[in-house]
Amino acid sequence: MAYSDKVLDHYNNPRNVGSLDKNDPNVGTGMVGAPECGDVMKLQLRVNEESGVIEDAKFKTFGCGSAIASSSLATEWLKGKTVDEALKIKNTEIVNELSLPPVKIHCSVLAEDAIKAAIGDYKKKQNSRQPVAETVA
Amino acid sequence: MKTPIYFDNHATTPVDPRVLQAMLPYFTEKFGNAASRNHAFGWDSEQAVDKARKQVADLIGATSKEIVFTSGATESNNLAIKGVAEMYAEKGNHIITAATEHKAVLDTCKKLEKHGYKVTYLALQQNGLVDLDQLRAAITDKTILVSIMYANNEIGVLQPIAEIGKICKEKGVLFHTDGVQAVGKVPVNVIKDNIDLMSITAHKIYGPKGVGALYVRRKGPRVQLTAQMDGGGHERGMRSGTLNTPGIVGLGEAAAICQAEMAEESRRMAYLRDKLKSRLESELDEVFINGSMEHRLPNNLNMSFAYVEGESLLMGINDIAVSSGSACTSATLEPSYVLKALGVGDDLAHTSIRFGLGRFNTEAEVDYVAARVIEVVRKLRDLSPLYEMAKEGIDISKVEWVAEPTH
Repeated sequence: MAYSDKVLDHYNNPRNVGSLDKNDPNVGTGMVGAPECGDVMKLQLRVNEESGVIEDAKFKTFGCGSAIASSSLATEWLKGKTVDEALKIKNTEIVNELSLPPVKIHCSVLAEDAIKAAIGDYKKKQNSRQPVAETVA
Repeated sequence: MKTPIYFDNHATTPVDPRVLQAMLPYFTEKFGNAASRNHAFGWDSEQAVDKARKQVADLIGATSKEIVFTSGATESNNLAIKGVAEMYAEKGNHIITAATEHKAVLDTCKKLEKHGYKVTYLALQQNGLVDLDQLRAAITDKTILVSIMYANNEIGVLQPIAEIGKICKEKGVLFHTDGVQAVGKVPVNVIKDNIDLMSITAHKIYGPKGVGALYVRRKGPRVQLTAQMDGGGHERGMRSGTLNTPGIVGLGEAAAICQAEMAEESRRMAYLRDKLKSRLESELDEVFINGSMEHRLPNNLNMSFAYVEGESLLMGINDIAVSSGSACTSATLEPSYVLKALGVGDDLAHTSIRFGLGRFNTEAEVDYVAARVIEVVRKLRDLSPLYEMAKEGIDISKVEWVAEPTH
């Protein structure tokens, strides 16, 4: 199977590889996929408390080159977006940007799921924080 | 050293230049039809076919009359299994095979099931070997054929063929083996191994593609087959069709070279394979060998690199030709059924790589491949959330994964 230049570029020079502190209340962590399926993506983002903008994003992926590229691209796109903007990222945009063939579309779906899972985790943390903050006040 | 490096010799092998030289005259000046009985062109061709028949027979301890030339092992497997099923239909309708057979055997058996035959697919032991007691227990008075491959194409595991053949003989059941990966690589003898039918192909032993043979025993017992191809009655009526003289000459020459050089070549293959194995094992943690190391072709290594998905590894070592048991290398989204049959979990099956060494590989290539694989596995493990979790002491098998429903 021939890979697009963009997939090769992300595979050879993956952006934003690494991990953020998952206990940080401003960090959301999403882990999707399963080893049995051959894909696991871990995607993390940190939201700036004042501006509500995603200021950092990191990933680690177990999967084929297209899965690595999809998650690498996702971290690039997340940075600088607000949480609500980030939720609008669609897997089809990833497919188009990376010219993924039909058999690799599930990689882009997984990346979208990872974004949603990370934001979901972040929101959950924020919500559970609120009452604590009030009692302190 | 030239790249890309070819380490996929279970898929196919290059034609040995000596084989090509032997073939060339039979394309041009010696182009006769081996069935033309009344002129020199035909005689030349027939003579060449006879010589090749003897060369193939000699390699496996058979006689010339027991060799039927075909278009390759897929045809040989089809002819053996369907030919026996049809010929012995009155005796019974039960066939026994194993879950790790090549698709040319499995799909042939599935086709027969649609026509009312019963097929038992034996499970394999974890080391890839057939359980002989299980085989014995599976044979009924309706069983007409057992088909178990000599060596597996993915994991290189050698079955206890002589014992299987002995059991079949005791029970009066015919025994077919797909000998494609074993013939020419390890000593195969149809008498000692109690084999009644055996499939062979040229392109795995440095011969050309598109030509193979089926060994059909003539004595003790005399095996009969219903032809699957009708026509001029070539090959003693078992396989009609004008003989592919250049291809057959190539198969014969390839067989003769294997016979002459097998002892030295298999030692060299084992040395190179073991070097590759020990380099990978000493420099990488959490690597696992799939299948028995003891009962194995000398040129095969099948290894799982935990936490590194196979296709991404292949992508990183793109100047090396190997193959992976990962789903991502095929369109099926299902990892290797062979590894699955051994009880290798899907997670590890996705991380497996098959290295198949061959006659033309060098020690320098082994060193290069080892270094590249080590480098890329390390890089991908830095990228792998699973490796990170494993290093943190998390048991990956106990994690509840949120897989997408499309999987």
